[in-house]
Amino acid sequence: MSQVLAPILPVLAAIGLMLANGVVLIYMLRKVLGHLHLRLGPVHVGPKGIVQTTADVLKLLSKEDIRPNGVDRWMYVLAPVVVFVPSLMAYAALPFSETLRITRLDTGLLYTFAVLSVVPLGVIMAGWSSANKYALIGALRAAAQQVAYEVPLLLSVLPVVMIVGSMDLAEIVAFQTGVWLGVVPRWFVVLLIPSFVIFMIAALCELNQTPFDMSEAESELVSGFATEYSSMKFGLIFLSEFSNSFVISALAVTLFFGGWTLPFVPDSVLAPIAPVVFVLKTYIGIFVFMWIRGTLPRVRIDHLMNLGWKWLIPISLAWLMLVGVVVKLVAPGGVA
Amino acid sequence: MASDYVVLGTFVLVGVVFVMVTVTLSNLLSHQRPSFEKGRIYECGVEPIGPPWVQFRIGYYVYALLFVVFDIETVFLYPWAVVFGRMGPFILVEMAVFVGILVLGLLYAWKEGALTWR
Repeated sequence: MSQVLAPILPVLAAIGLMLANGVVLIYMLRKVLGHLHLRLGPVHVGPKGIVQTTADVLKLLSKEDIRPNGVDRWMYVLAPVVVFVPSLMAYAALPFSETLRITRLDTGLLYTFAVLSVVPLGVIMAGWSSANKYALIGALRAAAQQVAYEVPLLLSVLPVVMIVGSMDLAEIVAFQTGVWLGVVPRWFVVLLIPSFVIFMIAALCELNQTPFDMSEAESELVSGFATEYSSMKFGLIFLSEFSNSFVISALAVTLFFGGWTLPFVPDSVLAPIAPVVFVLKTYIGIFVFMWIRGTLPRVRIDHLMNLGWKWLIPISLAWLMLVGVVVKLVAPGGVA
Repeated sequence: MASDYVVLGTFVLVGVVFVMVTVTLSNLLSHQRPSFEKGRIYECGVEPIGPPWVQFRIGYYVYALLFVVFDIETVFLYPWAVVFGRMGPFILVEMAVFVGILVLGLLYAWKEGALTWR
């Protein structure tokens, strides 16, 4: 019995985390965006509107599941699965602390990117099967964005892998403990700031977030690829989107901001609070995403494609080679 | 570790089951009253003209081809980056040749106008 349960429990934990994260993030998004727009956000349900998202989830559960006439039936039903399952799987390799992680994969970084890159497939399925022109345009825009920014996203983190010599996310974090010169944390954001900038731009695009949110531009495409979805199918697609911003932000924290570690804090103090530190750092990252979302206007699609192909890819390749040369000059035999 | 991949397999299974359970639960909790008007494709109140599956612009296709090339390249770059620190400086030359050929391809596509969104 326990042998059967052993692999199921971490999955249930991940689902729980995903749901809790979704509820918190939707509330946070509405509050943060509200205040950035000089509004209040939700205020009525519970103190400061804190129960608003819970009420919204219950509302979504009790909504009628409308399947429009003329949809491609199987694809329409399967699309939420293809969107949801990979974003759930992305939790498997995240290191919340030295010991608290679901799996210990040597290829953790590549694995996380791999499962995240399946999500747009579900988006395209949803858009195509909906038999709706808005949804189709939204899905194809998402595909174009995906192909333009997947490559810079993957290239931008290569210098980190080159220096650490591992794709294991926990080893990448362990490499970033301690300080330089007694004051500067050994975080990769200090060492590899161009990588971080490219990562952030590409990540915003991967998440279909403003300023790159053409795939669900409300003013043009209603709700983009999700227009024809209702009830819990819609709920799951949205849950997966919020979960993806958590995962991408958690990756940024792991790769560039020392993961669960804090500089100047001894291990004995840090060990019990490490997961809290990790989640807090991740939420700071998500706050920055929301801040950008509340500040910048949407870019045009040709600008988006140019930025990806003509700037980010050449720059990240050149940066990769530069890092390679510098590393070999500083430490020809390998990084200690 | 084998058990790690068992966990990943469980992720797929439990994920699919979770989606089925939530959608079924929501169908049980809600009133289903389908009607012709409700089932129509949403187009902001306008009557949809023509079939929804229309021919789409070729621009996407060229970008997709380029993407495949560069995505495969990154797959090769990852194992290279892992062993990078442990190898001699020559590893850099090898990858410079590989990346160089692909960059030449990108420059050619650029010159031919494949990267211009029309």
